[in-house]
Amino acid sequence: MAEPIEQELAGECVNSIGNAIGMPQLCDAWFGNQIFWLIVTLVVIYLVLTKIALPRISAVLAERSGTISNDLAAAEDLKRQAVEAEAAYEKALADARSEAQRISEEARASIKSDLDAAIARADEKIAAKSAESEKQIAEIRAGAMTSVAEVARDVAGEIVKALGGKADASAVNAAVDARVKGN
Amino acid sequence: MAEPASDGGLSFHPMDQFIIKPLFGAAGDKVAWYTVTNLTLWMALAVVCVLGLFVLATRRRAIVPSRGQSVAELFYGFVYKMVEDVTGKDAVRYFPYIFTIFLFIFFANFLALIPMSFSPTSHIAVTAVLGFGVFFAVTILGFVKNGASFLGLFWVSSAPLVLRPILAVIEVISYFVRPVSHSIRLAGNIMAGHAVLKVFAGFAAVTAVAPVAVLGVVAIYGLEVLVSAIQAYVFTILTCVYLKDALHPSH
Repeated sequence: MAEPIEQELAGECVNSIGNAIGMPQLCDAWFGNQIFWLIVTLVVIYLVLTKIALPRISAVLAERSGTISNDLAAAEDLKRQAVEAEAAYEKALADARSEAQRISEEARASIKSDLDAAIARADEKIAAKSAESEKQIAEIRAGAMTSVAEVARDVAGEIVKALGGKADASAVNAAVDARVKGN
Repeated sequence: MAEPASDGGLSFHPMDQFIIKPLFGAAGDKVAWYTVTNLTLWMALAVVCVLGLFVLATRRRAIVPSRGQSVAELFYGFVYKMVEDVTGKDAVRYFPYIFTIFLFIFFANFLALIPMSFSPTSHIAVTAVLGFGVFFAVTILGFVKNGASFLGLFWVSSAPLVLRPILAVIEVISYFVRPVSHSIRLAGNIMAGHAVLKVFAGFAAVTAVAPVAVLGVVAIYGLEVLVSAIQAYVFTILTCVYLKDALHPSH
């Protein structure tokens, strides 16, 4: 830029050593060049965008939003399946629990009926035994009563004899019976 | 603005970076409308960036995108949503045009931040073509879509009747100022930023203020990164707003 340049060729916008005169923006000698190349640039960018870039990007964006909504739908479906599986699991668990309850209830009932039967049998046996024992006791008591009467009769006879009397057997018997019964 | 070089002294040429030079041939050759210039090169690099991001990076059409593809999709989604939100659902057929403008400004702005580069969007001729292009496209579209009722845009029916003629004058003036502000906003921002960068860089040659100047360059550069993105965004969203007026002119 330091070497002098020809003034006529450079035009009125640049001085003899290549520095700008005034604002280069306002140099009308360059306007045609600027406008021409701007229009070329804009047309090229426009063509690149409309022929290649924009269809491509909008297709990618549409495809992506489609993929995303598909994935969301799939996720929704999987979530629904998971909820269903959980419900089924809960149901199976509840069924198993009630089954277990029923079985234990049944077992308890059968044990209770067995036990009741055994108790009833035992009660029966005990009742029979005690009835038998009571009968024996009654017999023994009756036996004892007769023995007491006999012993009293004998003792009474002997006492009468020892006292020098004559023991009238029938009188003694009557007296003893009267006494024993009086008891 | 640019002082002629004076020997020995500090010489700033902050505007030299905007000079349009032929790429081939001697410096100072005549620049015809078809000449391949530095402007051509940096616009071509913007096209290369668009190709790289939107053709090369998306070539696999992956459902799970690569890094480059997600950036491309991010740009697409950002501008698409902007058009949809600002202009309306019926405006998405104009999305390719708006996206073209956005990508050109965006990449031209950011490529211009490379040191020694050239910034096409700092040139008023470039942004004026963009701005007036939008203006004429929107105006023609408005009349084609709505016929004469497009003029209702200037007749504020919600205002009191006496005020309406005055408002109509203001509306017409503001409508015709739109392309001017639209294009000067972009060119002015980019040009000012780059000129300031150059001035700070010029001061860096002076030892005493060099640290401050370097810090200044860094700070302004950071600001310029923001400005590059914001101006691309602003230009695009204003295009959407103007397009909305053409499609739905009622206030």
